[in-house]
Amino acid sequence: MIELEGLTKRYGEKVAVDNLTFTVRPGIVTGFLGPNGAGKSTTMRMILGLDHPTAGDVRVDGTHYDRLKDPLTNIGALLEAKGVHPGRSAQNHLLWLAQSNGIPERRVREVLDEVGLTAVARKKAKGFSLGMGQRLGIAAALLGDPRILMFDEPVNGLDPEGIHWIRTLMKSLAEQGRTVFVSSHLMSEMALTADHLVVIGQGRLLADTSMAEFIERNSRSYVRVRTPQREALLDALHRAGVTAVDGADGTLEVDGTPAEAIGELAARNGVVLHELSPQQASLEEAFMQLTAESVEYHAHTGAPLPPQQQQQWGESWRKG
Amino acid sequence: MSTPQPPMPQSAAAEWPAAPGAAPSAPAYPTYTSPIPVVRTHLGHALASEWTKIRSVRSTMWTLGVLVALVVGIGLLTGLVIANADPDLGGESPLSLGFFGLLLGSMCLITLGVLTTASEYGTGMIRTTMVACPSRGRVLAAKALVFFLVAFVVTLVCASVVGLLHVSLLEEYNAAEPTGEEWLKGTVGVSLYLALLGTLSLAVGSIVRHSAGAITIMIAAVLAPLVIALFMFSSSLRDVQQALFEYSIPNQMSIFYANSLSESGPSDWDPLWIMLAVTAAALAGAFALLKKRDV
Repeated sequence: MIELEGLTKRYGEKVAVDNLTFTVRPGIVTGFLGPNGAGKSTTMRMILGLDHPTAGDVRVDGTHYDRLKDPLTNIGALLEAKGVHPGRSAQNHLLWLAQSNGIPERRVREVLDEVGLTAVARKKAKGFSLGMGQRLGIAAALLGDPRILMFDEPVNGLDPEGIHWIRTLMKSLAEQGRTVFVSSHLMSEMALTADHLVVIGQGRLLADTSMAEFIERNSRSYVRVRTPQREALLDALHRAGVTAVDGADGTLEVDGTPAEAIGELAARNGVVLHELSPQQASLEEAFMQLTAESVEYHAHTGAPLPPQQQQQWGESWRKG
Repeated sequence: MSTPQPPMPQSAAAEWPAAPGAAPSAPAYPTYTSPIPVVRTHLGHALASEWTKIRSVRSTMWTLGVLVALVVGIGLLTGLVIANADPDLGGESPLSLGFFGLLLGSMCLITLGVLTTASEYGTGMIRTTMVACPSRGRVLAAKALVFFLVAFVVTLVCASVVGLLHVSLLEEYNAAEPTGEEWLKGTVGVSLYLALLGTLSLAVGSIVRHSAGAITIMIAAVLAPLVIALFMFSSSLRDVQQALFEYSIPNQMSIFYANSLSESGPSDWDPLWIMLAVTAAALAGAFALLKKRDV
């Protein structure tokens, strides 16, 4: 269990993490979601005692991290930066980690096997691909067979097979009763693995809910309408007090009015419809909407989803 | 797949530490208990881990290899050249010839010392290190101890080999038979001094957190006082010039061979105490900063 209480980190004037309070519970996978620069990594570093909080408190199983006598058997972490000396072999990297916590040396072989790096155990880390580096980081996290696991962007650089593997791994770790805390900037990834969701933007807590609740509350439902008589339909909708916005491929999207009502309205006005379908916005959209609001709040811009924001998303994804 | 253990909620719940003042509610969640024995870590673990680190990278082999090559190579060369010249050494100790090799070899110790701490900041590995051992003082102490011992042993072996070589090469040319204390100072003394100089570099590496920067600072600290003193022509600066000469690291090293470049200033074992004090102060500073700063 990880407990954060009013956790705050300021770098000069900039607030990286702003008064975060939440609890990460055992037995489930908790997703930690936010755009790049939201403060996820800073939060994780504070949990691990690497960065000192400006204010607030964070405890791991009721204890401050730096008071843990055997940290690696309590909590295993994969941090964003690989944290491996490029000239050291995978085996030696895990060996010094094991020695530092009095973990039996046979665990080195076991975790190498578990992440599928046995064949390259004696190879230097600098020859590793991004995915192999990620696997080595995961091996290091599993080394102490800890109660709590923390992964910062674990799917980065993994191929589809690797992504599938890490998803299964995280779920099975949680099923064994461990606390699993995973950060990501990809909602779609979290939707597949996380049971609980903590969303932050600009360092502030935006949501702390179960995955199911988040989906229900945040996904926008609308009706997609396709018609050859666009103007006539818009007139009819306007007269009925319903607003429609332009969708993709010349379709119209209507919010807050059931499909039945739109169909009847069209029929009364003699408008031909080629499509009338209720839609559920994707989770990715819901997430972007949520975080865009936090951006909007700080930047005082009008548009809910400025194109610049979209671009940042693409960039962050590619960089990741 | 090695660790799929069935969760054992009962025993796990019993093992939960009751945090004083914290623990708002009794943990009713199932939790995982590892079959791995729990170990309370101590300095010994940190030492074992730092030893694995230092021996498992190429830079250690390179810097120490160059150190051995420089000290033994230059020692052998000077010994042979002087022996070939058929000189009369006038009863001087042959040990002092080892000075040149060790002076150059000190650069290797500076480099390795800096790399032991600063390179972890370059690779981001310092985070892994501090996560594995949250007691930052323990990490620094383990690094300093392991490095000091490695540096001392390697330097001692080199200095002793070169000393024996010179004595056997030059005894027929009226060289003095070194006394016990001369042997002690010319091997153990100078090796302790150089290992401390390396440890000082390690502390500076931890403070600066940048390999190239810290190495530059340390090499400047070795060379600058002597070079600056050479260019102090003004007579009003005579005292400063004298002090720079006397307390420069090369001159302090030469005192271990009792052939100081100057007559006043530090003598006997003074250089060792000076270096010990400076290194201790630098380590204290590094420790304070390590505790205060974010990793």
